[in-house]
Amino acid sequence: MVLKAAAEAAVVVIKYLLAGLLLFITHVSVAVVLPEERSDVLYHSYEGGGVKIDGPSVLVRKNFADTISFSANYYVDSVSSASIDVTTSGASEYTEERKEYSFSTTYLHDKSLMSLGVTSSRENDYEGDTVFFSVNQDMFGDLSNISFSYARGNDTVGQTGNDSFEETASRQNYSLGLSQILTKKLIIGLNYESISDKGFLNNPYRNYRFLNNPLNSADGYQLAQEVYPETRTSDAIAIRAAYYLPYRAALKGEYRYFTDDWGIIAHTYELKYTHPFNDAWLVDLKFRTYEQQQADFYSDLFTFASQDSKDFRARDKELSTFENQTIGLSISYQLPHFSHRVEQSRISLEWDYINFSYDNFTDLGDITAAVGEERQYEFSANVIKFFFSIWY
Amino acid sequence: MPKALCKIVPTIAVLLLASACSIEPWVQPYERQNMADPIMSFDRDPVASSYTHHVYQSREGARGAEGGGGGGCGCN
Repeated sequence: MVLKAAAEAAVVVIKYLLAGLLLFITHVSVAVVLPEERSDVLYHSYEGGGVKIDGPSVLVRKNFADTISFSANYYVDSVSSASIDVTTSGASEYTEERKEYSFSTTYLHDKSLMSLGVTSSRENDYEGDTVFFSVNQDMFGDLSNISFSYARGNDTVGQTGNDSFEETASRQNYSLGLSQILTKKLIIGLNYESISDKGFLNNPYRNYRFLNNPLNSADGYQLAQEVYPETRTSDAIAIRAAYYLPYRAALKGEYRYFTDDWGIIAHTYELKYTHPFNDAWLVDLKFRTYEQQQADFYSDLFTFASQDSKDFRARDKELSTFENQTIGLSISYQLPHFSHRVEQSRISLEWDYINFSYDNFTDLGDITAAVGEERQYEFSANVIKFFFSIWY
Repeated sequence: MPKALCKIVPTIAVLLLASACSIEPWVQPYERQNMADPIMSFDRDPVASSYTHHVYQSREGARGAEGGGGGGCGCN
């Protein structure tokens, strides 16, 4: 009875809060603006752990009548992989290509911003389509900005070489954001995002391993396709801050806490320093560290095979206990003015070096070791982003 | 008590929100030149940051709340 009353009270509170929020959205004087008009052509490259992925990304944004903005993005991943997951499964190096198209429009109405967009991703064994909607509003004399967004994705999962295999997965994202100017030099941002998945959530090419003989690991192991839950719900909350230093430079910090109902808990910390040199050069230094605790149903080596579809088994390194560190350097240069139609143009190079070290995901290539005693896997990756941008 | 809460809590919530309307901005618009500087942006180059998010999302168990550059992608 008390619980029911409390639930009713909560519903009423939420209704009042939403009513209050709408009141602000319609009556508070704000100064939101459309996204800046710019175009970027980017080349990206990821290389590490036996994987090479590169390709272009092109982003174009154009505003019309000071009230509407269109954005289009074309993105390609060209993959060549002989990763530890590929070699462990006994497969040979493969190549594939993924293309992604995104379109969105943002509408400025009565000083609030509303965006609507779609993203479509295609590769030979995976198709994904997502629609998203967001609202954005400045409040309290423009010192605060709140945002809400919702996205829904529907995926079709296939398997190369197995035409009879076709599964589906769907996903919903809800996110809330608040950014707040605290002083003339300090701004903070808070973001919360909840994501729920339903359907076929594992990678059909990945396997777990279990002992041939539970009583004697010397008898070796065998591989079988992973067994995942059909649902997943995750929550992430992040706080970030940017501080304008006494000279013209910025220091930014970020922390994110992540948890989900698979048992994964993760912490992300990032620190970034941005320093301009005269008006043309801009340099960023970044350090990021990430650590996570494994999913409940992850193991590097299971004693028994899965008994049924609810007896979950995973050996995805992304679900293991591991950490990584990133150091990043980026340099951006503003090019001399070359056209009256272009306000500004820049050329930028970003380089990230990421080192991954796993606590309980072993390298099965270490065949001299006893089963279960293989060395822990680790690898490093270089990530390059090289892009040209114009503002008009 | 719960019934009283039903009336009191929402009233307080609305009053709080309404009072916030009259908050004087403690950083005036003419004092925000630092905030307007692109070096203070959390998402200065969206095309690069969305790619960075994609790199991490593909290799880590965590996802979401990246802030900016997101909006959902078919990149499971």
